[in-house]
Amino acid sequence: MPAKIEGRDIVKAYATDLGELRVLDGVSLTVGDGELVAIVGPSGCGKSTLLNILGGFDRPDSGRVAVNGVTQSKPSAKGILISQRGSVFPWLTVQQNLMFGLNGHPREQKAALADRYAAMVGLKGFEASYPHELSGGMLKRAELARALVVKPDILYMDEPFSALDALTNLRMRNELLRILSEERHTVVLVTHDVEEAIHVADRIIVLSARPTKIQSVFDVPFTHPRALASPAVQALKVSILGELGVDGDFE
Amino acid sequence: MDRMKQLLPSLAVLALLIAAWWMVVVKTGSVIFPTPWQVLVGTIELIRDGTLWAHIGASLFRVAAGFLLAVAVAVPLGLWMGWVKGAFTTLNPIFQMLRPISPIAWIPIAILWFGIGNASPIYLIFISSVFPMIVQTTAGVHTIEERYLWAAGNFGVSRYTLFRRVVIPAVLPQIIVGMRIGLGVAWLVVVAAEMIALRSGLGYLIIDSRNAGNRYDLVVAGMIIIGLIGLLLDGMMRLLEGLKSVRWKYAR
Repeated sequence: MPAKIEGRDIVKAYATDLGELRVLDGVSLTVGDGELVAIVGPSGCGKSTLLNILGGFDRPDSGRVAVNGVTQSKPSAKGILISQRGSVFPWLTVQQNLMFGLNGHPREQKAALADRYAAMVGLKGFEASYPHELSGGMLKRAELARALVVKPDILYMDEPFSALDALTNLRMRNELLRILSEERHTVVLVTHDVEEAIHVADRIIVLSARPTKIQSVFDVPFTHPRALASPAVQALKVSILGELGVDGDFE
Repeated sequence: MDRMKQLLPSLAVLALLIAAWWMVVVKTGSVIFPTPWQVLVGTIELIRDGTLWAHIGASLFRVAAGFLLAVAVAVPLGLWMGWVKGAFTTLNPIFQMLRPISPIAWIPIAILWFGIGNASPIYLIFISSVFPMIVQTTAGVHTIEERYLWAAGNFGVSRYTLFRRVVIPAVLPQIIVGMRIGLGVAWLVVVAAEMIALRSGLGYLIIDSRNAGNRYDLVVAGMIIIGLIGLLLDGMMRLLEGLKSVRWKYAR
């Protein structure tokens, strides 16, 4: 698998009232083309910071990030960020939101593309709706479709489903997997939900507490659809939680 | 039906106030202060001889001219001040100093600069409604949530698209609030402005009615009409707040 994203010795610190707070302390990772890598770690360990640096939304103090072998210094439409709070424009309809990032196409073609992706995420019939008329899950679908319609190489997902209720969260994971089986994208997913990571990821990177380094990496060998209740999955969950300092006797 | 029910208490209080007014005038046997009935008769008289429409038309024209001029200046200026930090730090202190000066205080200068024609009240309306709209528009730009600007940047759109599809629509709800405030102030000021020497408008009607024979029935009629038109103008601005592309900001 050729490397899509390569992060080398990423260091990032923030100035606080108590002095310099070192968040990322030399993190190196590689994400393969078409791979879905989940990043988990204790809260406050800098998962989002790492994701923002990988996507070019933030700059590391030292170290470098290369995408397709080219050093990344600013965001690009080739890598779209989907954040927890979402950023679907509330003043545009679903269709207008999906057309937002489409440059250089004729208008009718943009509308047709937007409608195709709206249908793909299950928003057929809601093209003319405004975001405040949609539920939380539908809003996530719209955000996902808006990202996918520009055909990005990479999706950077920062706890994309964590604000949703448990059932909608599960639905959105399945939706994501279905879409990725239709269109292969490279995905970096930051989450605090170990089960979510095991459900969707090809590989799981566990970060340590601050100052953050990579603590361990797990391959997820199960084929889709994954039986989350199976003993093998549970065993993996226990080992990852163990790495995070949570004892496995939670059942 | 529900709306009627909501209005009912207001109408009841209004009826009570009118009844109280009527009773006090009758009880005190005032010769000058009119009863509600006399005001109604006076209003009908104004409608019959056509002067009421002329006065209303003159006032509305001045408000429209001054207000639209203020919108045309305040919106671009507010957007610029919101977007460009240097523009804000330079101009904001000056505007904050000009803003609290009552439009009434501008009257002598307005007369000096523009004479006693239509230009004076139009200028006064302009000066009184332009500042609240600048402030609202600027605040609107400052409060755009960063995640939307990030998202727009992520899709790599041009500056033009960023402004047209993100900044302006994001600020529009605030601009409309500013316009509502601005129009309210404009209507407030036109009456005061017309009390100086013009020969038309609702403000003139009120002053002239008092000067020409203590016609207090017409004074009160003029006041009530000003109130009603003000209500109507505000209602029109509220319709703008119902537009689908701005409702997200007011909902919940």
